[in-house]
Amino acid sequence: MKRREFLTIPAAALGGTLLYTLAREPFRLQAQDGTVKVPLRFFTAAEARVIGAACERIFPSDANGPGAKEAGVVIYIDRQLAGPYGADKYRYTKGPFVDSYPEHGYQGKENPRETYHQGIIQLGSDFAELPVEAQIQKLQSMEKTHFFQLLRAHTVEGMFSDPMHGGNVGLIGWQLIGYPGPRMSYKEDVDQHFGAAWRPKPASLEQIMRRPAKPWEDEKA
Amino acid sequence: MTNLKPVDVAIVGGGWTGLAMAKELVSRTSLNVLALERGKPQSIADYAMDMDELDYNIRLRMMQNIAEETVTHRHSARDAAVPVRQYGSFHPGTGVGGAGEHWTGMCFRFLPDVFTLRTHLTEKHGAARLPADLAVKDWGVTYDQLEPHYWYAEQMMGVSGKAGNLRGKLIDGGNIFESPRSHEYPTPPLKHSYASHLFEEATRQLGYHPYPTPAANLSENYTNPDGVTRPACAYCGYCSRFGCMIGAKSQPTNTLMPVLRKHKSFQLRTGSWVRRIVHENGRATGVQFTDANGEEFFQPAETVVLASFTLNNSRLLYLSKIGTPYDPAAGKGTLGRNLTHQVEGGIRIFFDKPLNAFMGAGSLGRRISDFDGDHGLTGSDGLLRYGMLSLNGNGDLPIGAFGAIPPGSTKSNWGAEWKAASLQWHDRVAQLNMYGEHMAYRQNYIDLDPTYTDKFGDPLLRFTLDWTDHEHKQREFAYELAAKIAPAMGAKIDPTRPSRARYNVINYQSTHIQGGVVMGATPDASVVNPYLQHWDVPNLWVIGASSFPQTASGNPTLTVLALTFWAADAMIDKYLKHPGRLV
Repeated sequence: MKRREFLTIPAAALGGTLLYTLAREPFRLQAQDGTVKVPLRFFTAAEARVIGAACERIFPSDANGPGAKEAGVVIYIDRQLAGPYGADKYRYTKGPFVDSYPEHGYQGKENPRETYHQGIIQLGSDFAELPVEAQIQKLQSMEKTHFFQLLRAHTVEGMFSDPMHGGNVGLIGWQLIGYPGPRMSYKEDVDQHFGAAWRPKPASLEQIMRRPAKPWEDEKA
Repeated sequence: MTNLKPVDVAIVGGGWTGLAMAKELVSRTSLNVLALERGKPQSIADYAMDMDELDYNIRLRMMQNIAEETVTHRHSARDAAVPVRQYGSFHPGTGVGGAGEHWTGMCFRFLPDVFTLRTHLTEKHGAARLPADLAVKDWGVTYDQLEPHYWYAEQMMGVSGKAGNLRGKLIDGGNIFESPRSHEYPTPPLKHSYASHLFEEATRQLGYHPYPTPAANLSENYTNPDGVTRPACAYCGYCSRFGCMIGAKSQPTNTLMPVLRKHKSFQLRTGSWVRRIVHENGRATGVQFTDANGEEFFQPAETVVLASFTLNNSRLLYLSKIGTPYDPAAGKGTLGRNLTHQVEGGIRIFFDKPLNAFMGAGSLGRRISDFDGDHGLTGSDGLLRYGMLSLNGNGDLPIGAFGAIPPGSTKSNWGAEWKAASLQWHDRVAQLNMYGEHMAYRQNYIDLDPTYTDKFGDPLLRFTLDWTDHEHKQREFAYELAAKIAPAMGAKIDPTRPSRARYNVINYQSTHIQGGVVMGATPDASVVNPYLQHWDVPNLWVIGASSFPQTASGNPTLTVLALTFWAADAMIDKYLKHPGRLV
């Protein structure tokens, strides 16, 4: 039986908004040292640190606003990989596996879990400790790989998907771009506000509907 | 294999066509009708919690499970085909309602000349000037014959729009290039967005004739002739790839199922995967299916209606060994011929103002048909048919919309510089969408794959399809048109001109892949007759966009429904009285 692993994050990095979003899973707020321990479903703590650092280079926290670290993107990816998506439950995986034209997309046998394991090895166990410039160079050297393309797509997904999936903590991604979240109606607004930004305060699906959602990653893989 | 009690009519597929046919049969006859659907039950109550871009728009939670069955693709008969391992250039739905649950809701009537395209092109250009590999055909049915059925389908859904040609009278503000309509639309046009208003003003200023996209999203509360009442659209933006949580978007579950549920003579069996149409001596005897537990059944039936997704109609006929497979080299055989995929594509345009594009509805927007069919084309440059250009406001969602920046703005598509540019351009990007006719060619067709199989071990369908010079010309024409319209809207067009890229199975194009079981006036060049009755097996009817000999520029659903009602009339008024070949 696998030992339960946790990702320890400084609470300050998450802007104090983590409590609500991660309420779906038991977690501990260590008041004494100001850290949050999030139970991991797929990664080891060491792997999560490597992926977390790589996501932060793809979508950095900077003067333009929060990034992958504050949004909890690595937690999002961890849950996706643990779920049916990570196991390729909904991809056609019968052989033979043959190389084909780019117009036929990814034809490989590896599922996203295996691709991440290979990618983590390629990034190196000390990736999170490398200087930022060295991290960027390393990722640039991997840009063409299937792993990097998944990682880049997953980072954007973790920034802007509904917080039920573990990322976009405290709706931080939606606040960044002014997306109000799912709403029942824009009947009075769809043909108004022409030429001016209209940015209602964001809310998540569970906040709007007032009941728990069933994200696909919670289905048995 | 368990033998079940016989039914009068067994329908394969519980989507738009199967349930529409069922509704006509149980409302107008005393026959008992069974629909077999391989997916699960679905209803409005299931859709309230699906406003989630990740699971529904990106992971495609409403689509058929591609792990169980997919298709294989190759660009030409010289290539080896490989499976489409993930969606995909089209999105087959599953469950009750099928793709009619997650569709966008655009409702076009086709132009009269689409139905007689072979005759039309030959008369206009001369046979010698048409491409040698052109396989377009006349349908064996005309627009005038279908008009009452179009109107019937529009009323069933409550289509919103504005007529531009009412019994020959042209009306400003509607589509003056459309086929003549006998009635105004059942409901008025939807409200529309900022970008759509800019498109309307710009195209009018340029001398074109913008009109509201006809939409199956209700613009006001509506009760249809069957007595089904549904509410007006709320413009939430969760339309395409989602089920509508309030029932404003017409779906089989909110228009047909409320009627069907009232009839004891109708039965719907979900989790039932039809794998063969059983036949002997030129008659279908029933269908063989496997249920969700893997148990096998034989369902005897007097009449079988094959009404599954376009491609699966062809596949089931192949697997059941019904009809003559098409051989493109010899130009013989009919099953699998005339495969087409509506030519769609988006051209990005960039604004210096925010658009609030997160609000919208599937078919919200304006479009022009000034170059639909061959209006405004000479054909001298080899462009025989074009289509429409539109601005759609179906609601931008945050993951998909992020990162749309003018090409060349940043060196990389990740990192600090890319993030800054993406934030700067966010909500300042729209698309001009082209909708082109895809003519049929001899080399584009469907057969069975020799290597890959589904979860039962049955061969997958293989499609052989690539773009020809004509589709590239259509895309280039659309770009030139967009390049005129964008500046008039105060926007800058993406300078990336259309590449002459090959058919791509990964980038979503539209779910409007068509043909394979085409209709026609004679059995030598079609699989079903003009009433959608199989030429060789008269108690088998095959309905859906599989019957289209070529695509029009418009999305197919409304025409699919009109043809279904046309076929239902023939079956009920003629065939059931004197079972046998109607032609």
